[in-house]
Amino acid sequence: MKVNSFFYCLGQGFAGIKRNKVFFLASVATIAACVFMVGLLMSVILNVNYVIKEAQDSVCITVFFEPEVTETDIADMNKRINEWEEVSRVEYTSPEEAWETFKEEYFKDNPELAEGFANDNPLATSASFTIYLTEISYQQKVVERLESMTGIRQVNKSEITASALSDFGKIAGGASLAIIIVLLAVSIFLISNTITTGITVRAEEIRVMKYVGATDFFVKSPFVFEGVIIGLIGAIIPLVVLFFVYRSAINYVVEQLQTFSSAFAMLPLKTVFVLLIPVSLILGAGIGLIGSSIATNKYIKV
Amino acid sequence: MIRLEKVTKTYGDNHTHALDHVSLNIQKGEFVFIVGDSGAGKSTLFKLLIKELQPSSGEIYVNGKRVTRLRRRKIPMLRRDIGVVFQDFRLLKDRNVYQNIAFAQRVISVPASKIRKNVAEVLTLTGISEKYRSYPDQLSGGEQQRVALARALVNKPKILLADEPTGNLDPGNSKIIMDILEEVNRRGTTVVVVTHNHEIVRHMNKRVINLKNGIVVNDIGEGGLRA
Ligand SMILES: Nc1ncnc2c1ncn2[C@@H]1O[C@H](COP(=O)(O)OP(=O)(O)OP(=O)(O)O)[C@@H](O)[C@H]1O
Ligand SMILES: [Mg+2]
Repeated sequence: MKVNSFFYCLGQGFAGIKRNKVFFLASVATIAACVFMVGLLMSVILNVNYVIKEAQDSVCITVFFEPEVTETDIADMNKRINEWEEVSRVEYTSPEEAWETFKEEYFKDNPELAEGFANDNPLATSASFTIYLTEISYQQKVVERLESMTGIRQVNKSEITASALSDFGKIAGGASLAIIIVLLAVSIFLISNTITTGITVRAEEIRVMKYVGATDFFVKSPFVFEGVIIGLIGAIIPLVVLFFVYRSAINYVVEQLQTFSSAFAMLPLKTVFVLLIPVSLILGAGIGLIGSSIATNKYIKV
Repeated sequence: MIRLEKVTKTYGDNHTHALDHVSLNIQKGEFVFIVGDSGAGKSTLFKLLIKELQPSSGEIYVNGKRVTRLRRRKIPMLRRDIGVVFQDFRLLKDRNVYQNIAFAQRVISVPASKIRKNVAEVLTLTGISEKYRSYPDQLSGGEQQRVALARALVNKPKILLADEPTGNLDPGNSKIIMDILEEVNRRGTTVVVVTHNHEIVRHMNKRVINLKNGIVVNDIGEGGLRA
């Protein structure tokens, strides 16, 4: 298509919208609702995954040993545990390291007090493993396995309910997906109706175009443009709304929730919108394209 | 330029044929009248030529193209070679004369600068230059007919098909239209005119194809012989 014809068809597309305002608004509204749901679901999924991932990295099991366990036993255990597929890595903390950490934490202001223990490490039996897991859901299994091992005095696990979080995510995701599919169908239906009305209004014009030898593509493209424009407008509105919603959500989480627990975290605005903007625009334009193609293929024949 | 071989057209499951084994041959540069009673199949013939309809049987060739086998996406190119004037004008009421004619060029992607020149040319040829800003319902029947003619001519077709171009016109206006058609023919366009007006047919002394119930009953003056 030539450049001037492109602009002609684009202009005709806008003209079509102006002729057909009520249908236009209805189509934009449903597409906006659909894209909004998709955007919301995407933001939630991205953030739930993010929180799970963060939690995963911080979840660890701490293991303390029986007093009679020797260093060689510990080295041997370290090697064995490291081979479990649920385990991503094992960090060994020797009694000396434990004492150093403890000292720093509790005798920071008066180190001379700590000096009294210099040759008699009060944490001599505090050697430990810190075990990181490949996936959070393995925690219970690994804990049980560790508890059944000999030489282990105590197993401490993180109290995290990541599985509950991901279950919630699945249910919410399923419900939103159903809503999105319904909205998607309604959007396509409404757009194709809008375009069909436009085609009916311009039937005489289309007839003349065909008699003088306009190509199918030329006859159809104003309507396709009309559909895509409607779709894009329908996508931009929820993007703007989501932008403000997301920004206040971040503020809320940072100011209110994170004081209760650091488990509450949100992805930065940019990270989410870098994905959300193209997905929404493509979705909107796609709905417009499909809706108008249905209408033009059905009602414009040479 | 136009060749029909045993063309038959039956609408739906109707048993009467709108066209019944019609064979004819129209040379490049000819001026031909097609006459016949209402329902004889004249408009059907035009629709077959621009592939708005597909014949039930037979072959049609236009400008070297085998119309009956032409692919769907090649139809626009066929139609750019054929200008058609319809019985009912089919002008767009929301556009003025200039816009109606320019529209025909616009939609086949002619550049704007050429459109201005070409439209001016056909406005002059059809003698409606002064009315170029009028809307169709501000024009007389004869003027509307000339706009329809200008629109059919602006794309410089090789063939002009005119269905009843003088249908509702008085003798004066009919004469103007016929003069334009003759001028167009003189410039090299093959012209085929459907008409009921025997006065004009007699006066013009051209080839006349007479259709009756879808059959060519006589073809006077074919091959340059004028009756
Ligand atoms: N779309 C259609 N469906 C069914 N029958 C049709 C259709 N169009 C035309 N016919 C029939 O085909 C026959 C030829 O019609 P056509 O329009 O070609 O006649 P015509 O010669 O142009 O007549 P007129 O001088 O009145 O315009 C007629 O009997 C008509 O009833
Ligand atoms: Mg007719």
